[in-house]
Amino acid sequence: MPQGIQVKDLNIFYGDFRAVADVDMEIESNSVTALIGPSGCGKSTFLRTLNRMHEVVPGARVEGNVQIGGVDLYGKGVDPVAVRREVGMVFQRPNPFPTMSIADNVLAGVKLNNRRISRSDAADLVERSLRGANLWKEVKDRLDRPGSSLSGGQQQRLCIARAIAVEPSVLLMDEPCSALDPISTLAIEELISQLKERYTIVIVTHNMQQAARVSDRTGFFNIENTGDPGRLVEIDDTATMFSNPSQRATEDYISGRFG
Amino acid sequence: MTALTIERDIQARRLPARAPWLVGAGALAVSLAVGSLGSGPSVPAVVALAVVLYAVTLYVLSRAVEGPRRATDRLAGIAVTSAFGLAMIPLVSLVWIVVSRGLRLFSISFLSTDMVGIFGEMTEGGAVHAIVGTLLVTGAAALISIPVGLFTAIYLVEYGRGPLARAITFLVDVMTGIPSIVAGLFAFALFTLIFGPAYRAGIMGAVALAVLMTPVVIRSVEEMLRLVPNELREAAYALGVPKWLTIVKVVLRTAAAGIVTGIMLAVARVIGETAPLLITVGQLNQMNWDLFDGRMMTLPVFAYRQYAQGGVGIDRAWAAALTLILIVMALNLLARLISRYFAPKAR
Repeated sequence: MPQGIQVKDLNIFYGDFRAVADVDMEIESNSVTALIGPSGCGKSTFLRTLNRMHEVVPGARVEGNVQIGGVDLYGKGVDPVAVRREVGMVFQRPNPFPTMSIADNVLAGVKLNNRRISRSDAADLVERSLRGANLWKEVKDRLDRPGSSLSGGQQQRLCIARAIAVEPSVLLMDEPCSALDPISTLAIEELISQLKERYTIVIVTHNMQQAARVSDRTGFFNIENTGDPGRLVEIDDTATMFSNPSQRATEDYISGRFG
Repeated sequence: MTALTIERDIQARRLPARAPWLVGAGALAVSLAVGSLGSGPSVPAVVALAVVLYAVTLYVLSRAVEGPRRATDRLAGIAVTSAFGLAMIPLVSLVWIVVSRGLRLFSISFLSTDMVGIFGEMTEGGAVHAIVGTLLVTGAAALISIPVGLFTAIYLVEYGRGPLARAITFLVDVMTGIPSIVAGLFAFALFTLIFGPAYRAGIMGAVALAVLMTPVVIRSVEEMLRLVPNELREAAYALGVPKWLTIVKVVLRTAAAGIVTGIMLAVARVIGETAPLLITVGQLNQMNWDLFDGRMMTLPVFAYRQYAQGGVGIDRAWAAALTLILIVMALNLLARLISRYFAPKAR
C-alpha cells in the first residue's frame, strides 16, 4: 500500500548544528516528488529523516513531526528498523553486497533478517523484483553470479530490485543516477515512472532536467549562507516550479543565476 | 622550447637491451679477478663488489648515452633490487639451515614417539608429546583470545564512542608491546594465587599466550572491519535489517577473509613463544593430553631443552624447529584456503 507523507515543523540536527530548519511538506501517495537545490542545502539529510536513516550518524537528531500513512515516525515506541522496512532507500553509489550473488542481493532483505522463505517463493520474489526493476531480461541467466559483476547502471537497478523486494510503501532515492551514464540514467528514469504506480517516490537530484522529466512535484531547498540551516524554499507542481515559480530564489536557481 | 624538449626526449638514444647484461657479466668478471688476486675470493665480497661495479658502470654509461633521468631510474632500480636481495639473505639462509639440519633426525618416528626411556646418545625418541602440547596450548590460547579479540574489535568499530573506546584502544596498544616473559609471569602469578604454588597445567601457558595474542587479534580485526565500506552497512539498515544482524551477516561476512588472515598471523606470532611457556607449563618427556593437569612439553621448550643438553639433542632441537615451521606453514596455507573461500568474488 503506497502511503502519503506529511512533514510538519521538521528541524534536523547534527549535534548542536542545525542542518535543516522548519520544513513543512505534504507528499501524496503514488506521486514522484523531486528535491532539488545546491550542494549542502540539506536535501539528502532531509531524505534520510524520512526512513530514520539520519540517526545512524552519531549525534544526529530530529525535532518535529513526520507522518507516513498517519503514523508518526518519531513517535514513542516506533522501531526505526520497522520504519525502514516500510520506507525503502536507494543510494547515490550502487552498493550491492559484494559477498552475495545477484539473486541473494535481491533476497537480502529476507535473508539478512533470518526470515525463512521456500525455494519457489524465493525464485518468485527474485523474478518479480528484478522484473520490477527492469533487470530481469539482462540477468536471468546469471542469477548466481556476484552482484559486483554487473555494470554500474545494472548494479543500481539491482539495488532498486533489492529495495522493492521488501515491498515498502515509500521509496526514497538519493541521487540515484549521479554515478551513471546517460543510457543507464534513462533506464532508471523510465523505471521511476513505472514504479510510481505502486510506490510513493521521493528523489533527490542535482539534475534539473531529470527533476522536470520524472517528477509530479518539485521541492527546492536552499541555504543562504554557509553555516545557516538549509530551508525548503518552496514546493509546487513540477510544471509550475519550472515555468513560473513564486520565489525569486527558485527562479534564479532553475535558470542558472546564482547569488 | 617545450616542443624542443619533447622532441629531444622522444628521439633520445637508449642503451641497447643487452647492455645491462653485458655490464653485469663484466662487473662479475672484474670482481672475480680482483677477488682471486687477494687471499682467495669469498662469495659475499665478490658479489658485493660486483653489485657496486655494476651500479657505477651502468649509471655512468646511461648518463652519458640516455641522460640523467634514465640514469637515475636505473640507479634506483638497482638500489631497490639490491635491498630486496639483502632482505632475502637472512630469510633464505634461515630456511636452508633449519631444513638441512632439521632433516637429520626428522622422520615419521620423530613425529610419533615421545622421549620416555631415551638417554645418553640414543638417536631414537621424538617430539610427538611436544607437538600435541604446542597444538593444545596454542589452540586453547586461540579459543580464549579469538572471541575476546573479535568482540572487542566489533565494539571499537561499531559501537565504541568517547573516552571508553579511547581507553580501550590505548590499553590494546600498550598490551601489544608487553614482553612475553611478563605475560608468562602474569599467568604464573594468577594461577598461583588461585590454585596454590604447586599447580602446573597447560592452561596456564594458554592464558599467557592469550595475553600476548589478544591485542594482535583486536588490532588486525579492527583494521579489517574499518575497511568495510559504510555504504554496505547503510544498505542493510535501509532494508530494515537490525544493527546486530547487519554486523553479523554483512560486516563480518564481508571482512571474513581478512579476519581469518589476521587471526592466523596472531597464532603464528605466539606459537613459537618459549619464555612464558618455560615458566608456566614447564617441561615433560612424555605425553600429556590433559590441559588442566600437570606439566606439558611444547615444541619451542623442547627445542630449547634439547639444545641445552647438547650432543644428539642439538639435532633434535633442529628437527623440532623444522616441525614448528612446518606447522606454521600449514596454518598459513589453511588460512589462505579459508580466506579464498570467503573473499568477495569480483566476476
